Amino acid sequence: MYRYDNIDRRIVDARVAQHRGQIARNLAGTLADEELRPVRLQNGLYIERHGPMLRIAIPYGLLSSTQLRKLADISRRYDRGYGHFTTRLNMQLNWPKFEETPAILDELASVEMHAIQSSGACIRNITADKFAGVAPDELADPRPYCEILRQWSTLHPEFAFLPRKFKIAVNGAAEDRAMIRMYDLGLQLTRAGSGDGGDGAGEIGLRVFVGGGMGRTPFVGQLMRDFLPRRHLLTYLEALLRVYNRYGRRDNLYKARIKILVNALGVEEFARQVEEEWAFSRDGPATLTDREFDRVAAYFAPPPYQSLPAGDPAFASAVAQDKTFAAWAERSVHAHRVSGYAAVTLSLKAPGKAPGDVTAGQMEALAELAERYSFGELRLTHEQNVVLADVRQGDLFAVWQKARAHGLATANVGLLSDMICCPGGDLCGLAYARSVPVALAVQERFGDPDDLRDLGEISLNISGCVNSCGHHHVGNIGVIGIDKNDEEWYQIVVGGRQGNATAIGKVIGPSFAAEEVPEVIDALIAVYRERRNGGERFIDTFERLGIEAFRERAYAGRERGKTASEQGAAHDQDHQE
Amino acid sequence: MTRIIKNKRIVDDPWRIVTLAGGETPESVEVPETRAIVPLSVWLARKDEILARGEPAGVWLDAHEGPEAIAADLAHFALIAVNFPKFSDGRGYSTARLLRERHGYSGELRAIGDVLQDQLYFMKRCGFDAYAVRADKDIAAALAGLEEFPESYQAAADQPLPLFRRRSA
Ligand code: SF4
Repeated sequence: MYRYDNIDRRIVDARVAQHRGQIARNLAGTLADEELRPVRLQNGLYIERHGPMLRIAIPYGLLSSTQLRKLADISRRYDRGYGHFTTRLNMQLNWPKFEETPAILDELASVEMHAIQSSGACIRNITADKFAGVAPDELADPRPYCEILRQWSTLHPEFAFLPRKFKIAVNGAAEDRAMIRMYDLGLQLTRAGSGDGGDGAGEIGLRVFVGGGMGRTPFVGQLMRDFLPRRHLLTYLEALLRVYNRYGRRDNLYKARIKILVNALGVEEFARQVEEEWAFSRDGPATLTDREFDRVAAYFAPPPYQSLPAGDPAFASAVAQDKTFAAWAERSVHAHRVSGYAAVTLSLKAPGKAPGDVTAGQMEALAELAERYSFGELRLTHEQNVVLADVRQGDLFAVWQKARAHGLATANVGLLSDMICCPGGDLCGLAYARSVPVALAVQERFGDPDDLRDLGEISLNISGCVNSCGHHHVGNIGVIGIDKNDEEWYQIVVGGRQGNATAIGKVIGPSFAAEEVPEVIDALIAVYRERRNGGERFIDTFERLGIEAFRERAYAGRERGKTASEQGAAHDQDHQE
Repeated sequence: MTRIIKNKRIVDDPWRIVTLAGGETPESVEVPETRAIVPLSVWLARKDEILARGEPAGVWLDAHEGPEAIAADLAHFALIAVNFPKFSDGRGYSTARLLRERHGYSGELRAIGDVLQDQLYFMKRCGFDAYAVRADKDIAAALAGLEEFPESYQAAADQPLPLFRRRSA
């Protein structure tokens, strides 16, 4: 992974000193709360329902064992002994003390971490494929691109106060596992064809998608450039951000994301304006050099793999002999590009636990597992799980046993109970409704492992409000909290999906009370159970049947008259501005 | 006289900013004989009159006013100010970079409006060299904001080369 040099370190240290000064000035009364707010957010510091929350950046989800141990230590000394992994590959501490945040940032800096731009109207933490560098279907490793973009976007002087936040995701594999079309900017690594204007056919470059996003007005990102040679990465993005900074709307918070600008202009016109701007900086000094790319890429060179046979006999016999292990392996063990190795997903969705929450003890156990079995590195996933990317197949059984002892081996990865869920109304100041109790109720209802396996792959994503931190728009089933007469209600959307066939789910109809949500999910699942063909997944059946069959069952036996406010909410969900 | 930060020092400011009060028009507003920083609309309406005075000219751009409107006039200005109606409105940063890097403006470039210590470093990097720190703030304390970071990754108006072209191997 990337290691700081002296310059990186001094920049982060200066950032901590700046934050310390800002907190001191605020406490002394010379920096007003509203003047502190935008700058503290750019250090991840929120003021939430119960007090401060600190969002720590984990660049493209990559963590070392040392860093995770430090997070465990921080969570014990400055918080309540746990943290929360978010869908944006950050860790949130829910109970830090306001005046202790500079000390926490100091601690983070000691392990080359920070909270820079984990919030605020700026370029946020950049996300990537959880299997970067190890996926068999990968064309090129996205992490060097992410790190180069991290450095470029860090404290970018021109783009510190954009109209709104700006999220970038990079994918380097054939299958999109980074949701590149659901973010403001999605970059797909690709190989030049002839006539792409690169150095030649075969050169690696980027396919650029713009204007995706969730929130109140979800959009799937649109293709704005089919091939951008690698060396133009920074000049092109700078031109793109400049067009957004200058012309993105600032009069209405809900219309300020780049997706609104792109859709108002049309993607062709937006792309034309970017090209026009880019013409001035193209091939200028900010053009990425091969030397810099190679310098950064060297940090992501493959670890010293052993040369191993393709199938490990010990793994095969453990699978044959231990049904519980086999069930876990089926969900958690993934193909690896190197013979004899596997990538492993450790589920943070144990029954009765808030999705994504991780205790200090679990962090230490994860750090230990990574150190022992996966070259000392871990990745967070946007599904709020943890990946050990480089495990010898012969070690899988031991990994499972140890993970199990810490509640990290629930055999549900990719299944219904592996739900994405934001912190919601229990903690988040923006929530309309709580999300964790809904998740726990669904988990309880669908607790039987055999039943879950039988249902197969299905994604259930839960957000506590339109901000969509729980990615409900792209869940096969999405649940979103809405406010109706100051009560908690939930809308359900169906048919969303991530990946190459990214789609935004459709609102099924009027909203439900909290206690109805598990029943309604049960009803949707029942339709699937009854009408699936062969090996169809839920989403396949949904796409074949259409929403009507599901809608009918969801409301069967429920009296629903649409109230005016609710129609408004439903309208917002579907509204394409 | 008000005090501003200019070239990293606190100095007296001889200039006066002209704004349009309710009912005033660019044509009617009174423009001081010397050292006036006029709104773009006044400059566009009364360019010849202002130039005929033979005094150094100043203009200010609001956040939504791009540098394109004055690009052909830059040689006339001793001072261009860019207004930040709120410090969290970042359009002025792009305006400043464009003035310096694209249009080659080399006179005084001043940030006015909601100008605060914590944004000075970014402003400096984008090409500002003068800062009318908001009147209720301690301008001497704000000065520290200019030197907040020892190094920067990106190319900008103050440093044409990105760090990666300057990092020693
Ligand atoms: S989706 Fe809403 S409730 Fe959930 S974390 Fe985001 S802002 Fe908070």
